[in-house]
Amino acid sequence: MQWEIVIGLETHAQLSTLSKIFSGAAIAYGAAPNSQACAVDLALPGVLPVFNRAAAEKAVKFGLAIGAKINRKSIFARKNYFYPDLPKGYQISQYELPIVAGGSLTIQVGEREKTVRITRAHLEEDAGKSLHEDFHGMTGIDLNRAGTPLLEIVTEPDLRSSAEAVAYAKALHSLVRWIGICDGNMQEGSFRCDANVSVRPMGTEKLGTRCEIKNLNSFKFMEKAIEYEVRRQIEIIEDGGSILQETRLYDTDRDETRSMRSKEEANDYRYFPDPDLLPLVLDEAFLEQARATLSELPQAMRERFMRDHGLPAYDAGTLTSSRELAAYFEEAVSALGGEAKMAANWIMGDLSAQLNKDGLDIAASPISAAQLAGLLKRIQDGTISGKIAKEVFVAMWAGEGDADAIIEAKGLKQVSDSGAIEKIVDDIIAANPAQVAEYRSGKEKVFGFFVGQAMKASKGKANPAQLNEILKKKLG
Amino acid sequence: MLNSSLKQLAGLLAGKQISSVELTQAFLKRIGELNPTLNAFITVDEGKSLAQAQAADALIAAGEAGPLTGIPVAQKDIFCAEGWLSTCGSKMLHNFVSPYDAHVIEQFNRAGAVNLGKTNMDEFAMGSSNETSYYGKVKNPWDVNAVPGGSSGGSAAAVAARLCPAATGTDTGGSIRQPAALTGISGIKPTYGVVSRYGMIAFASSLDQGGPMAKSAEDLALLMNVMAGFDPRDSTSLEREKEDYGRDLEQPLKGLRIGLPKEYFAEGLAADVAQAIEAALAEYRKLGAETVAVSLPNSKLAVPVYYVLAPAEASSNLARFDGVRYGYRAPEYTDLADMYSKSRAQGFGAEVKRRILIGTYVLSAGYYDAYYLKAQKLRRLIARDFTEAFAQCDVIMGPTTPTTAFNLGEKSDDPVSMYLSDIYTIAVNLAGLPGMSVPAGFGKDGRPVGLQIIGNYFSEAKMLNVAHQYQKATDWHLRMPPLHGEE
Repeated sequence: MQWEIVIGLETHAQLSTLSKIFSGAAIAYGAAPNSQACAVDLALPGVLPVFNRAAAEKAVKFGLAIGAKINRKSIFARKNYFYPDLPKGYQISQYELPIVAGGSLTIQVGEREKTVRITRAHLEEDAGKSLHEDFHGMTGIDLNRAGTPLLEIVTEPDLRSSAEAVAYAKALHSLVRWIGICDGNMQEGSFRCDANVSVRPMGTEKLGTRCEIKNLNSFKFMEKAIEYEVRRQIEIIEDGGSILQETRLYDTDRDETRSMRSKEEANDYRYFPDPDLLPLVLDEAFLEQARATLSELPQAMRERFMRDHGLPAYDAGTLTSSRELAAYFEEAVSALGGEAKMAANWIMGDLSAQLNKDGLDIAASPISAAQLAGLLKRIQDGTISGKIAKEVFVAMWAGEGDADAIIEAKGLKQVSDSGAIEKIVDDIIAANPAQVAEYRSGKEKVFGFFVGQAMKASKGKANPAQLNEILKKKLG
Repeated sequence: MLNSSLKQLAGLLAGKQISSVELTQAFLKRIGELNPTLNAFITVDEGKSLAQAQAADALIAAGEAGPLTGIPVAQKDIFCAEGWLSTCGSKMLHNFVSPYDAHVIEQFNRAGAVNLGKTNMDEFAMGSSNETSYYGKVKNPWDVNAVPGGSSGGSAAAVAARLCPAATGTDTGGSIRQPAALTGISGIKPTYGVVSRYGMIAFASSLDQGGPMAKSAEDLALLMNVMAGFDPRDSTSLEREKEDYGRDLEQPLKGLRIGLPKEYFAEGLAADVAQAIEAALAEYRKLGAETVAVSLPNSKLAVPVYYVLAPAEASSNLARFDGVRYGYRAPEYTDLADMYSKSRAQGFGAEVKRRILIGTYVLSAGYYDAYYLKAQKLRRLIARDFTEAFAQCDVIMGPTTPTTAFNLGEKSDDPVSMYLSDIYTIAVNLAGLPGMSVPAGFGKDGRPVGLQIIGNYFSEAKMLNVAHQYQKATDWHLRMPPLHGEE
């Protein structure tokens, strides 16, 4: 039987506010345990939450960026459960009326575009951390993270493969960083995903029983976990079994998911509106202010790159995966005065490869956009060939200077003097009579041999277009 | 001096006839003598109180005294006070020394008042008799066989027995007004949002409101001036201009329209209480007021609605008492779940557990709509009744309680009968309105009767005026308990 995979994602994006969502304590990763937990975060008797409106501004920016409805009035609710790192015994979240409802995100899966519907995005506070190491027979509690603002972003079950899920997660990751609401640091837990996965016979409507996979803190693990989970579910069904609705944890070491708790064991969270907090009411001015801080969104920029620079969808998508990369590209094209496709190829090719190799971010690139444009200009005006340019690029990366200085110092200037090239060609024709005969008898493939010999003789500096022309003429 | 008003005490302090240290010592001495009988205080700390008194004396000497500088005020143990044991009447917090001050405590500190000690209360403010306290029952100074009411029973008994000139209370369903009535003192629960809840250990957040308890309305006005005020740390605190709650005290009552809800004078009201209230109303007519019949048709729903909503909020508010970070933790347990259940089983008393169970039940999947949601709808209807009644009158009056103080132990095994002792006070909390109780005579058993005055939103100054004019014409509020009876 053919199976259809159905996936919905829930993402927790930590909002990059200066202080916590319901207290004035600071937020900084890696501080000494409990050094960033005030009386409110510790849930001392008598303390009360006060909402930090900076979190609302960031949530609204997200809502506007995905074309969602911003609820002018949303309600904070208590999600009740006991856990040592949940100091109040409840988490303040939003339940019936979230701040953001609806909206969608367009993703690129290979050459195909797909629109993923967002169900909702709501504000909530993070819990603290339980530390099981270093305490013999005991558990340590660190409440630094307790009360950190989160935006939980929930999709409809619109994703149909692990590749689509990863493409969505990457697009979302790029968007939240783009609009400046989340630093996206997955190692530090600023961006975490849970996946709801089910399968159903291809062509049927009814959703299969789903399992929620927690703890997906990298795109690679997300892909592997979903693939494992899909195989597991299909095997069970094909063996005549049925899927148990449950929460599963992905074990990265063993590359498998395993049961955490079943539906029967699930908490009854007893949600109810938090009586300590008033409804969150947003007026038009607040929305306008948030809108004003939104610059061109990646989707719009991608379309503009395709339209104005004639880039293929794939290139436009890649170059708009981060604000910094897009800015680099735009600066390079502007300095170059066109040749967008060439710039795109270099940025996505040699530059990205080097950045990856050295583990650098585009912002930390040793070659600036203007410097790259300087190199590409020399290809464009025929000073050097594309091949020589790669050599110059490596020297630039090593910090040997601008393209022009390197070309000059290393004598890499392309030979465009037709007399010099003719001399080389004449020598080669004279030295290889057998190949000349072959070519003249119709074996056009041998042409490449002559190009190779000529390039070798000129140390790669012969202008390729000119060389071709002269070779064709002389071989007749 | 025991019966002096706050204004008189301030006069004595200003005239250097007595120092704050002497005044504080005098009350501490009286607490030492009578508290073993009454059990009104959980914590008394002579050193701390006298240090504050000394500081107050310095302010007075420097001519920087305000109306309450140097005056000892007892604080209900529900208010967190830095360096003080703040137990909320529970074993769960038997060892909790607060590292911070509640807004109310800060306000009294700023005013230069002296914290005279922390008063006994029903555990987590859940009770109407002060019998649920982990620290033992409080006795009614009028008759030590009677309850003082609750949950602010310690504060009420302390003021009634003149162990302190004034005290603070909190009122979730009548916890200031009912004990004030049963001990013959005055108490006001302000409009919800007037007094900050920051540092006031939460019972039911949407109903809890702090307020003062004292001998007279005039004293209450001075205390309100200190307690009220916007506090950005409480999101439900109302940002309003500072007001002088004593500004209208001397206004004549001519033309005042007093609404009498027929539901508050119906079956269940004891004859002697009814009689005392009628006499008080006659006094008001003499002062030029008129009475009009009004109706609060949904008032019969107040008790059931309250016993859905208050436990619902409490079940969640009390979740933080888990033995993890502070407070009581069971000495032995096998794992995390066992630690939770043993700590909470041993740390909470029976009434608290009952309400946590009720609250958990009404919020559970499948019951939420039928109980919690329904109760919220009815809450709005109850509030609307008052709005309609206030179209016809300026204040509403009636008995604070259906009977005078009942005997200790009388209702301990019958929670529903206990809950019904708050039948006239609970609707006021559900509506968020201000309400007060003033002494209005005695029942046939010689125990005090309280007259309840309910005002429209933010009409505290008017209510205090209405009460003050009555107290100028009567002397019920100046009667002191003889402090005899069986031990």
